Amino acid sequence: MSRILVVAEHDGVSLHSGAARVVSCGLAIGAESLDVAVMGQDCNAIARQAGSIAGVSRVLCLDREENARPLAAVQAPQLAALAQQGYSHLLGPSTTFGKDLMPRVAALLGVPQVSDIMSVESGRRFKRPIYAGNAVLTVEAPADHIVVATARLASWPAASEGSEAAIEAIAVDAELPAHSRWLELKTAETERPDLQSAGVVVSGGRALGSADNFSMLYSLADRMGAAVGASRAAVDAGYVSNDMQVGQTGKIIAPELYFAIGISGAIQHLTGIKDAGVIVAINKDPEAPIFEVADISLVGDLFSIVPELQAALEDS
Amino acid sequence: MRKIMVTLKRVVDYNVRVRVKPDGSGMATEGLKMSVNPFDEIALEEALRLRERGEASEIVAVAIGGDECQQQLRTGLAMGADRAVLVKADSEVQPLAAAGILLEIAKKEKPDIVIMGKQAIDDDCNQTGQMLATLWDRPQATFASEVRLDGGTARVTREVDAGLETIEVELPAVITTDLRLNEPRYIKLPDIMKARSKPLETLAVGELGLPAVPSLKSVGYEPPAQREKGELVENVAALVGKLRERGLVT
Repeated sequence: MSRILVVAEHDGVSLHSGAARVVSCGLAIGAESLDVAVMGQDCNAIARQAGSIAGVSRVLCLDREENARPLAAVQAPQLAALAQQGYSHLLGPSTTFGKDLMPRVAALLGVPQVSDIMSVESGRRFKRPIYAGNAVLTVEAPADHIVVATARLASWPAASEGSEAAIEAIAVDAELPAHSRWLELKTAETERPDLQSAGVVVSGGRALGSADNFSMLYSLADRMGAAVGASRAAVDAGYVSNDMQVGQTGKIIAPELYFAIGISGAIQHLTGIKDAGVIVAINKDPEAPIFEVADISLVGDLFSIVPELQAALEDS
Repeated sequence: MRKIMVTLKRVVDYNVRVRVKPDGSGMATEGLKMSVNPFDEIALEEALRLRERGEASEIVAVAIGGDECQQQLRTGLAMGADRAVLVKADSEVQPLAAAGILLEIAKKEKPDIVIMGKQAIDDDCNQTGQMLATLWDRPQATFASEVRLDGGTARVTREVDAGLETIEVELPAVITTDLRLNEPRYIKLPDIMKARSKPLETLAVGELGLPAVPSLKSVGYEPPAQREKGELVENVAALVGKLRERGLVT
């Protein structure tokens, strides 16, 4: 059996929705105990949220001023020190937070990292995607070393809530560097659901043609309580901000319903949506690769289809 | 004046679709077009721009692998790197081992900045830059979309899930590149000719005297699960009908 430590991501106010998915991955390993580490400043409310995830044994709060903003170089020594307190596995989310932090911890511990766990074969054997999802590789982590890994969030369901795990304040003895400083975060203000946890996502591609035309997708999304995403081409063209990119180098998502509107379906985009429940594709090119993976396909001009779809949904 | 070290990994070209070998023992890469990892190309381009702005004076490109990696280093030299170093290794080099090798080169070259791709498009690990920064005991600025230098520091804007984050790191530091940092230049024929006379040094990984580090064992490769092609609907009414049937919209 395994003693698992999950590092939780948060924005200083609330817990990231991925934490419950990483816990699922940890439980699949077969946990004797599963602790969640929250690094932050005044992070009690976040710790309580983490403690409510079913299957969590304890929440360990590393509350200190230096953790007010996430800097991998500052957090890694603390996490490495904590991981050495008898844990067999250290798991983080495969988000930009986890991708930045976890290799730094692995290097401090002198162990390799397993990136993007899709499934657990045994306590040390995992499946992970390579070549932009064109292949799945089974890897085995070396015996007698702690396993450091990130979980591919779209592959794991969120563990349920309703628990009340104990919260412990903890201090670790680690020297923190002063060579890195956090300056600012520019985030697009939105009232819409978070792209990574939304049940419905409406994404647009280059065929939208302009930033203004994306407003069509926003109103469609609002009718369905959906998040809005975009292809890399739409982001590169400057129609929307980078945090909306869905795909290999953007966000990998698994909503119940996904609308790909004016998106041709490059492999890098398909990698980001292949775990979606139902994919609806709307594109004027009947040969677009997106139609090879879509569950429901509609060939036609998005500029007439989207308003029509909006109207049809309003009617009900 | 600042010195920049850039890494160039040899990978199957971005436009080539790679498949799993029928026996699941690996990827069928034989005879496929090989290129510089696209994120590394962006790293080199950023180094070239810093030099062109007078913020750096020397760029050294480093690769790890077999003799064939000289091709990618020559590409880097043709793009504009001043020198190249090939660390010859015959077997697979995983991120932790690669970081250990790059640390030795960094100790020797003493760069002010190491710029690397955020990940290689073959193993998709996204680890080596962070691991090098750690072993080197230096800061990291990953997923960069903008780099500004000011004396002994770099201000780096990073593409994070929540938006754009800016951090400041003291040099020397490791910076890893994201897609929107820049668009790499095309190589002109005269540059290819010129690159032939630029220095390319090779050394065997054994000469570095590094201890073995733990690694992951590759157990088997398989193609990904395929999604079934679905159905074509004629119009919006039919689409909405299908969605209602499945209880996906109200």
